[in-house]
Amino acid sequence: MKMNSVFSNGKVIDQSKTKLRTGAVNLYYGSFQALRKISLEIPEHAITAIIGPSGCGKSSFLRLFNRMNDLIVGARVEGGVELDGIPIYDKTIDVVELRKRVGMVFQKPNPFPMSVFENVAFGPRRHGKRNLGELEDIVEKSLHQAALWDEVKDKLGQSALSLSGGQQQRLCIARVLAVEPEVILMDEPCSALDPVATLKIEDLMRYLAENYTIVIVTHNMQQAARVSDMAAFMMMEEDRAGVLVEYGATSEIFTNPKDKRTEDYITGRFG
Amino acid sequence: MEIRTTFHKRLREIQDDVLAMGSMVEKATSRSIEALKERDIDKAHEIIADDVKINKKRFNIEEKCVQLIATQQPMASDLRAIICVLNIITDIERIGDHAEGIAKIVVMIGDEPPLKPLIDIPRMAEKVNEMLHRSIDALINRDADAAKQIVSEDDEVDNLYDQVFRELLVFMAEDPKTITRATRLIWVAHNLERSADRVTNICERVVYMVTGKMEELAVSKY
Repeated sequence: MKMNSVFSNGKVIDQSKTKLRTGAVNLYYGSFQALRKISLEIPEHAITAIIGPSGCGKSSFLRLFNRMNDLIVGARVEGGVELDGIPIYDKTIDVVELRKRVGMVFQKPNPFPMSVFENVAFGPRRHGKRNLGELEDIVEKSLHQAALWDEVKDKLGQSALSLSGGQQQRLCIARVLAVEPEVILMDEPCSALDPVATLKIEDLMRYLAENYTIVIVTHNMQQAARVSDMAAFMMMEEDRAGVLVEYGATSEIFTNPKDKRTEDYITGRFG
Repeated sequence: MEIRTTFHKRLREIQDDVLAMGSMVEKATSRSIEALKERDIDKAHEIIADDVKINKKRFNIEEKCVQLIATQQPMASDLRAIICVLNIITDIERIGDHAEGIAKIVVMIGDEPPLKPLIDIPRMAEKVNEMLHRSIDALINRDADAAKQIVSEDDEVDNLYDQVFRELLVFMAEDPKTITRATRLIWVAHNLERSADRVTNICERVVYMVTGKMEELAVSKY
């Protein structure tokens, strides 16, 4: 095994291939500091889970990577956030292009009130694809990748809202995949789903991690342990600013964490 | 604020069970040597019958551990504690089997006259019991240093075993009629030597539970 590799959750992670990097990042919402000095390197083609108690800034941290915090009035970022070594808060960055490369799946499935087909075709259309044959190919491929094709292939024209919650969430993943992103951010993607639908999404994530870099925020520690390769534990300091406590291979974090605060949190000694 | 109070209470109960199982096995070992000294076949039969209780206790603890893993999804040091217990109870049970083995030898010996007064074998048994007792204390106290210290004392048992072996060899060389009786005593000593090795396994697990590192602490001479 190479120096930069780590064996975690049954998989070898090449840590030398960093996809996303934050360097001493501070995030403010007005005068309130939400994140303090967070430095993290997220490896390519792996699943990195962000865990921590409610309000510790996990979602704020996740939203740094596709500049979703820009949409919040008064939000301000200090420090470096890089995608493939390129600073994404640079003035020259096209945010629409960035969000194409860094897709996002949200807590509650949020399909558009249109057909299954149109939901998946929506992104590619916006990015200029007009040819129907080409769109059909993209929709089929994306639905296959999202492990949804077999369930919806006969009802592509039906409203997406007629699907079950689990199917809707996989549709949202297909919608993200349709624009061929490199990174998929997932903010509590299973919290509104039943256990079976949850396991399906987790299985899908493992499959997608072969080709995509996935960052997931979850307050379900068992989910983080099951699905991720790397895990970062965040906490709130006294002024409520979120800090990174510990980051490492999931196998290590969940069996032998180095920091007592991580140990106390994951064994339920505080929360 | 402690959140998982129910879970941690159940984990402590499992540890109490391990403590109880350890006492049962200590008692079996010391009684087996008493039976040997006193040529007490009834006592030997009792020890053999009691081994079933030890085995049952082990299954009972194992079941509790499995239930706790399945229902509570323990993590980090809690997970290591349960894995440690699962391994340790196998070793404790085996030490119980060695005591039962000695009891069976006592039955075999029957009322044959003793070959010689027993000195080193009871010493071995005493040392094994002391090591076992301390290893379980180390588990309860999460004391890796104590566990390592116990491992280093395994040599004492090995040396006593050497001594017993040499002494009995001399008997056999001088008078081949003693071979059967001497060999049976070597079996007894061998059972005790194996028990001490099992204690070192327990100690390795305690170190893992405390530090998260799996390491072989001692390679026994036998």
